[in-house]
Amino acid sequence: MTLNILLAGFGGQGILFAGKVMAYAGMMEGKEISWLPSYGPEMRGGTANCSVCISDDKIGSPLVTNPDVLIAMNLPSLEKFENEVVPGGIIIVDSSIIHKKVERSDIKVIYLDATSVAEENGLKGSANMVLLGRMFKETSFCSYENLEAGLRKSVPAKKANLVDGNLKAIALGMES
Amino acid sequence: MTEIKGGRPHALTKVPFHYCPGCTHGIVHRLVAEVIDELGVEGKTVGVASVGCSVFTYNYFNCDMVQAPHGRAPAVATGIKRARPEAVVFTYQGDGDLAAIGTGETVHAATRGENIVAIFINNAIYGMTGGQMAPTTLPGQVTQTTPYGRDVKTAGNPIRVCEMLSTLDGVALAQRVTVDSVKNVKAAKKAIKKAFQYQMEGRGYSIVEVVSTCPTNWGMAPVDALQWMRDNMLPYYPLGVYKDVGEGSE
Amino acid sequence: MGEKVLMKGNEAIAEAAIAAGCRHFFGYPITPQTEVAAYMSKRMPKVDGVYLQAESEVASINMVLGAGAAGVRAMTSTSSPGVSLMSEGISYMAGSDVPALIVNVQRGGPGLGGIQPSQADYFQATRSTGHGDFHLLVFAPSTVQETVDMISDAFDLADKYRMPAMILSDGMLGQMMEPVVLPEPKDTVQDKPWAAKGHNNEREHNVINSLYIQPQTLEDLVKRRYEKYDYIKENEQRAEEYLVDDAEIVIVAYGASARVSRSAVDKARADGIKVGLIRPITLWPFPTKAIDKAAGHAKTFLSVEMSMGQMVDDVRLVVSGRAPVEFYGRTGGMIPTPKEVYEQIVRMNGGDN
Repeated sequence: MTLNILLAGFGGQGILFAGKVMAYAGMMEGKEISWLPSYGPEMRGGTANCSVCISDDKIGSPLVTNPDVLIAMNLPSLEKFENEVVPGGIIIVDSSIIHKKVERSDIKVIYLDATSVAEENGLKGSANMVLLGRMFKETSFCSYENLEAGLRKSVPAKKANLVDGNLKAIALGMES
Repeated sequence: MTEIKGGRPHALTKVPFHYCPGCTHGIVHRLVAEVIDELGVEGKTVGVASVGCSVFTYNYFNCDMVQAPHGRAPAVATGIKRARPEAVVFTYQGDGDLAAIGTGETVHAATRGENIVAIFINNAIYGMTGGQMAPTTLPGQVTQTTPYGRDVKTAGNPIRVCEMLSTLDGVALAQRVTVDSVKNVKAAKKAIKKAFQYQMEGRGYSIVEVVSTCPTNWGMAPVDALQWMRDNMLPYYPLGVYKDVGEGSE
Repeated sequence: MGEKVLMKGNEAIAEAAIAAGCRHFFGYPITPQTEVAAYMSKRMPKVDGVYLQAESEVASINMVLGAGAAGVRAMTSTSSPGVSLMSEGISYMAGSDVPALIVNVQRGGPGLGGIQPSQADYFQATRSTGHGDFHLLVFAPSTVQETVDMISDAFDLADKYRMPAMILSDGMLGQMMEPVVLPEPKDTVQDKPWAAKGHNNEREHNVINSLYIQPQTLEDLVKRRYEKYDYIKENEQRAEEYLVDDAEIVIVAYGASARVSRSAVDKARADGIKVGLIRPITLWPFPTKAIDKAAGHAKTFLSVEMSMGQMVDDVRLVVSGRAPVEFYGRTGGMIPTPKEVYEQIVRMNGGDN
């Protein structure tokens, strides 16, 4: 099994963090993993994206150009990457932010009001975790225990109080 | 054997100096060596030789020596001092090394308050390469690369190093001396000793600028060179203490 | 074995250096390696080490020279334009036999170039990183774990042979996170009797110097250094061979390019194409033995690089006309995709698959 994931959106939406949770969860699951952020001026207030590979085999290129799963958190990211998703792949769109529909019919497209759902539940800023929850539901790339463990590993000790909120946001995504 | 007063300091090797007749490097080397002897620190001193006439200092000082790339002596000395804080570290640099190619390293070592001593030989000319303009060459001074005299409109102005460095908080001592007379030699040695002591007390960067001569490249007899220095260099580079953290605080 | 953690390549470099006994880091910020310095600034004070942000790469490398000359494990980290500035100091270190570690997290060039991953500093690293006759030990990791494991070896070999060593990484390896098990910290108090740290009135003075005015003296010294280099070439080559034994097409690629190439090899193997990969781990000494062996049976070679073709010269020197040596590369910060490399393999195999 190899799962190539691309998360893309604005800087500040928690793109890199969501990728890190996935990567840690994959690691806890005993998989090979890699996490590669975009870097440079584009992350300073512009777009941010993050490649995550989770595989049973050694990972070659960590740069995901043709993702199995695309998580899009802004319109430019969706437009840039929607045609790069492999046939049979999945796009999860934060439809609170992106109002465009994906034209392709050879992939599964999920529209999720992640930003609104998070805000309505008092979890402003946790849309990334809602989307992660849904991605987990779609792919089952690890056990729930390992997902939770991955989250706990990713949250710095100083911010441990945020774990519960993130878990709640993941649950909202899983229930969506 | 009777101890001959004025014999060779232990901190100098027996290698004969290669310096030209009348050059003041020899006097300054001796003063540094005497200070090392008097403080009893030869065993923990590391000297940094720079590029220029004084490059061979690594052959002349009996302490451990490192030869640095041109201008980089303050950075090399920083590395040594940070690696061996208990060591006594000094650089020995000329005007081209310290005030042209190595200005950046000098200013930053000084402003960091790096606990090192810089012995700075200012003779207003590049000696090793045969007499070209130095950053400290005086206005109007003829050198190989200012054959019509230094025109400050095109060649820029000389740098007064002690004055410049004295504005920096990291500097413990900035003093300009010369070695043209017994009195001045004594004052120079006192300054060098103070600089070493400040380092050992952890007080920061010290620089002792020695206004010097270069009879060969100035094209003068040694005695004439000393007089030329007094008449021309000292008015532009006045002797004195430009900064001394010790004054008034001890 | 320690705990497996996720770490950025750059941070792993820093932690591995500390584990290898390095307590002296001098550097200057430059993308995409700045995490090394940032991590060091956080960690060094906690292990009684020295982190110093220099005023330039020129100063950094000379601080490393000073600390290395004083006998401690010292390092710096930079990216391509910074190495150009350091090349003077590196030459002096090689010329005065001072060991230390230099990390180059490569980015696109020439000039200010870009900040995305590149391998266009191969010539700079392997030919001579500055003026004069000399070499560095050059290591090219391809995973974060390998980077970590290599740092300790690089320090050890630098000390053993009294010469500077370089880790030639790139922006991809520096920025990516992978699981890594950090090495146990080792005690590396070494006796370096040649160091300039004060003779304590117990020996003659040590002189760390690269100036030799007599040509014959300098020639003799350089020749002795080259005898050492010959010994290193014979004994320190490292390469990973992947499916090379029966390969008709052999790809040679290091670092990030090797990762990409490996994916392409797997895909081509699934199509039944006999293709393998030689991944140089040491770039100097270049792994001539592995390539020479492959040249005995391979029909063609392909050097894959993130440059316009630099290492390909070394491959050609080893293959020495026994088989065609082709090149595929992207440059300027572009990363070749497995698909692009796969297409090259298919083409070299004689057409469509």
